[in-house]
Amino acid sequence: MSGETWVVLGASSAIARAFARLVARRGDGVILAGRDREDLDILAKDLALRGAASVHVLGFDALDTASHPDFARDCRRLAPGRLGVFLAFAYMEEQASVDAEPDLALATIGAGFTGAVSVLHRLAPHLEDQEGGHLIALGSVAGDRGRRKNYVYGATKAGLHAYLQGLRARLHRHGVTVTTVKPGFVDTAMTFGRPELFLVASPRAVAEAALKAALKGRDEIYAPWFWTPIMAVIKAIPERVMKRLDI
Amino acid sequence: MAERPQGAALLRLSGWGRVAVAETTARRPERIGEVASALWAAGPGGVIARGLGRAYGDAALNQGGDTILTERLDRLLAFDAATGALDCEAGVTIDDLVDVFLPRGWMPPVCPGTAFVTLGGALANDVHGKNHDRVGSFADHVRWFDLLAADGAVRRVTPDSDPALFAATCGGIGLSGIVLRLGLALERVPSPAVRLREERMASLDDFLSAFATRARAATWSVGWIDALARGGSLGRGILETAEPAPAGTAVARDRRGALPVPFDLPGSVLNAAGVAAFNELYFRRVPAGGRERSVGLRRFLFPLDALSGWNRLYGSRGFRQFQCVLPDAEAEKGLRALLEAAAQSRAASFLAVIKTLGGDGRGFLSFPMRGITLALDFPNRPDAPDLLHRLERITLDHGGRIYLAKDSALSPEGFARMYPRLDELRRVLAAVDPQGRFRSDMARRLRIREDVA
Repeated sequence: MSGETWVVLGASSAIARAFARLVARRGDGVILAGRDREDLDILAKDLALRGAASVHVLGFDALDTASHPDFARDCRRLAPGRLGVFLAFAYMEEQASVDAEPDLALATIGAGFTGAVSVLHRLAPHLEDQEGGHLIALGSVAGDRGRRKNYVYGATKAGLHAYLQGLRARLHRHGVTVTTVKPGFVDTAMTFGRPELFLVASPRAVAEAALKAALKGRDEIYAPWFWTPIMAVIKAIPERVMKRLDI
Repeated sequence: MAERPQGAALLRLSGWGRVAVAETTARRPERIGEVASALWAAGPGGVIARGLGRAYGDAALNQGGDTILTERLDRLLAFDAATGALDCEAGVTIDDLVDVFLPRGWMPPVCPGTAFVTLGGALANDVHGKNHDRVGSFADHVRWFDLLAADGAVRRVTPDSDPALFAATCGGIGLSGIVLRLGLALERVPSPAVRLREERMASLDDFLSAFATRARAATWSVGWIDALARGGSLGRGILETAEPAPAGTAVARDRRGALPVPFDLPGSVLNAAGVAAFNELYFRRVPAGGRERSVGLRRFLFPLDALSGWNRLYGSRGFRQFQCVLPDAEAEKGLRALLEAAAQSRAASFLAVIKTLGGDGRGFLSFPMRGITLALDFPNRPDAPDLLHRLERITLDHGGRIYLAKDSALSPEGFARMYPRLDELRRVLAAVDPQGRFRSDMARRLRIREDVA
């Protein structure tokens, strides 16, 4: 009897590492996908020792969409039972750098939106076929409202949120849950040392919330939960006020 | 404060006792490959590695310099289920190892009083547990480690390949470099539980005779002392001895997960009257004839971990910890003097712990020696430095030694007398780190690197 095998996309990130450990402890299988093979090989050993039923490492580059069909086939081959999906990759630069270099805006969208759609669209038929399972994708509170400080990243995530809504409806007919997880600030290398950030959550807390939500079949969650009321307020700010705010 | 360098944080860090603090530029590598660049990025104020910050004083503080946080270097690399040989990164915690390996019948052979320490920190402080007589201290179970030294090279060190560098790193409070990975030998346990025997000890004499006759033979032993008791009751307390429970022993919930202490308690809660009342209850809790029962290994080994952030119990002014070891021959007189000094000051030591230690550690600055160790903690009142100074003098008078992982007040002269292998450490450090790149507030306070400015 083989249980779930999770393909973790962007597996070097802190939240992905925490998520991979959670499912390893459940005895699930894991496919680590990302660009840094050397780092993922080390994580693979860690997961095997923590109880993963199987661990594989696959090279994956969100921008190299031509490689995605083969990648999706490999995932299918490496999952003896049901395939689960955890999408954690994104590309984020300081907004000031993006404003100075428009190609960075394209790279942000290329990885976080185009790349995500490309790989999820190729995994979707397999998820339909298996008539069940879970797909989790990391969105962001940044996708709920365009802000001066990260609007290209936010737009990328907003697009992803809308894509996931449609994919959810499509896969729902096949018993597959699609959970959009919108983290607030998370204690990662990207946020480390930025004193202006508040309510910073641990990667583990976000990973735990994501898995719990997916197993319950939740559609969209904020992680941690307290971002729900915060974002309700942020979304309610009229645009004519919002454009003047320095947030 | 200065501008924040890329990828770094300007942090105000403190020791676990929350008395010693330092403002430092911190970096937190997510993987081993990033540690060397964090070392290169460090400025002229030197650098020290820091794990979970459980050293009570200034061992992992570097005021005005740099700090490398190792907590994200937390991956298990290999485990041999036939021998118990484990390889992992240095930011892996004891908590993590217990979580992963106890269900499979393996434990770290040496566990300090909290599971929330990294293995790198355990190695750098050569920590000991409640079974020191039987298994020695942490470094005795380290098969090898990879050390990132000041020159940026990574050296694989075993006890045989470079005994001096091994001894300078185990218990070397981080001054020889940064431990990146290590190999540890785990120990088999028949069940995740112990048979715990608790007995009342009416006085210090009771403790000493129990230690002499049977406690050293037990697998684990530890005593709790009511440090407010005086006169004929001086040193009264509870002796706990434990043996591994047989396979199949069921225990109630022994999971991690702790109640948080969400805010600083007002300083008045742990005053002398409050602690005296607590101590009385704690003593009476064990029936006069003693008792025996099965408890989970976690609960037995890490009683304080049930309260996360328990250091906040002492309020915002923090607390001081003191731990020393006295050689057997001097133990009785010395312990009496230490306990009298503590009781006299009415400093309300909340947790006084007494244990036996079996012998010398491998490190030049390893704390253990054959004898009896006493740990006290008390609120950081204005008279705390005086009391600590008195305790240091008593320790010196009886040929004892103060534990650096707990210390925040030892004098450099006292330190040099207590640690006779200090010169050997200095020779290794002068060779491996001639410029003194690795520094800490403790190293400066104790003048460990007096060869560099």
